[in-house]
Formats: sequence, structure tokens, C-alpha cells
Amino acid sequence: MTAHHELMTTYTATVTVRLKRGVLDPEAETTKRALERLGFELESLRSADQFEVDVDADSAGEAEDRADEMAQRLLANPTIHDYDVEVAEA
Amino acid sequence: MTVAVVQFGGSNCDRDAVRALSHLGIDAERVWHEDGLPEDVTGIMLPGGFSYGDYLRAGAMAARSPILSEVREAAADGVPVLGVCNGAQVGCESGLTDGAFTTNESARFQCERVFLRVENADTPWTAAYDEGDVIALPIAHGEGRFEVSEERYDQLVEENRVLFRYCDADGNVTDDANPNGSRGNVAGICGDYGVGVLMPHPERACLPDLNGSTDGAGVLRGFEHA
Repeated sequence: MTAHHELMTTYTATVTVRLKRGVLDPEAETTKRALERLGFELESLRSADQFEVDVDADSAGEAEDRADEMAQRLLANPTIHDYDVEVAEA
Repeated sequence: MTVAVVQFGGSNCDRDAVRALSHLGIDAERVWHEDGLPEDVTGIMLPGGFSYGDYLRAGAMAARSPILSEVREAAADGVPVLGVCNGAQVGCESGLTDGAFTTNESARFQCERVFLRVENADTPWTAAYDEGDVIALPIAHGEGRFEVSEERYDQLVEENRVLFRYCDADGNVTDDANPNGSRGNVAGICGDYGVGVLMPHPERACLPDLNGSTDGAGVLRGFEHA
């Protein structure tokens, strides 16, 4: 077990969860209006949630698979969200 | 018979629900989620509140707590399950019902009285009414906007799963009568088995001395059909 652990690498999986295109984002709309009140000009604004998950894994692929399952089972709601996962060595 | 009103950390309508059910002569008790469902359970209510502080998304954490596996099994065995407000969010998040209840179009918490039109009177939760009846219930939510893809929405309608739509006092389903931007003015839907969820609070419209409406009693009487 210990020997196995030494072969593992710590990866940071960055999971970004966004509302699907076309799903209304009232908080982003409110933020956009507040920016406009401050004098900024902008066409649109989207918000997203980002999670950084540190995992020990044998490979970047394995780390990505695990983060992907986390997104599917909890971090994102497939009814309203899309998500993507990026993995880098921590 | 006992209806279990499942209490999570952050639930705050569990006592109201037990009070309302008891008033209607329906035996009910609060059940702490970690204690699991009682063996003699004949109905399950997921009450309103802010379970787990609405962390991540309203209902997301409670939907993945162990007792929801028991709720799912009981539902499949024919035990009626009613989710109200946060309980409706838990119902959607757990997959007991389709769709999602998310941030109101106004981006504000809204506490007001709404009118609902009964769309399908052929479920335990609406059997006390006739199709087309208009009832008045209170809402109190920040994340009550029903969202679902257009395809799934069409399917829900086709399968007659819409329980209630927001409407005006005369029963017209209009944009003006839609308090939160819900797709199709949907306020409540049913899932498989005897699962129903709605954002308005029937338990707050049961006692004659409160809120000026007892229209919600018919929803809770769904537990009598078990």
C-alpha cells in the first residue's frame, strides 16, 4: 500500500459548472445591471461555479475520471448545468 | 398509519407540517434524517426550510443523504411522498421528480400568496379538487423557478405530470401570475409512484385561523389515499 502510494501523484482537478446556454441566470443579470450602474458597458455576463479538487491518482486520466464522476453525481445538476474538468499536477 | 416528516438540519416547516397533518386527523411525526424511516411509515413528507443551508444548490445535500435511499425504496413500494418547498427541491435533486427548482427570475426571496390552477386531479395530492379548480396558497422561496429542457417539459405535459400551475384569481395562466419565472407556470409536478412535489406551502393553508385559506388541506389529504 505504501509503495503504491509513492507512485501516486497529486493532481488538482478544476471543475467548472455553468448554466446551460439559454437557462436564465437572474444573479448574473443583476450583476450586469450593477456593472452598468457603475458606468461599464457590456453586452452580457455569465457566471460559473468553480471547484478545485485535489486527488491522488495514478494518472491524470484517472484523476479526471474521478472529478468527472463528482461533477455528475453532485457538483453539477444535469438538468440546468454543463461542466468541464481540467486536470494539472498540483 | 404514520406520516414521517423528515427533518434535516435547516428544515423549518417540519413542525408546521406535523401540526397541519394532525389537525386533519392524519397521524404524523417528525423523524430526524439520521434516524431513518420508522418501520410503520405510511407516508413521507419532505418539509420546507433550508436543509444544509442551501449549500451548493437548494436541496442538493439532503438529496444525497442516506435517508433518501430509504425514501426512494419506500416510494417504489407505494408509500406516498410529498415534497414541499425545500422538500420539492430535494425531490428534484434526488431524481424522484424531473426538472429543477432554481433561482427566481427576480433573484429575490419571495413571500406572498399565489393562486394555483389544478391541472391533474387524478393524483393523491390533487384528488380533493377538480381539474381547473383555483386554490390560494402561500409561497416563500428564493429558488422556486421550475426549469427543465423543452423536450422534457413537453413530455411532462404529455404524461400529465403537472399538478398545479400559477394562475390569476380567475384561473388564467399568465406571465403576470407567474411569481418566479417557472417554465409553463409550473408550481408542482408528480414523479413515478405516489411522488408529488410543489413549491407553495399547503401546510400553511390548513388551520382556519392562519393565512385566511384552508385550500391546502386537500393536498395533505393525499396521505389518506395511501
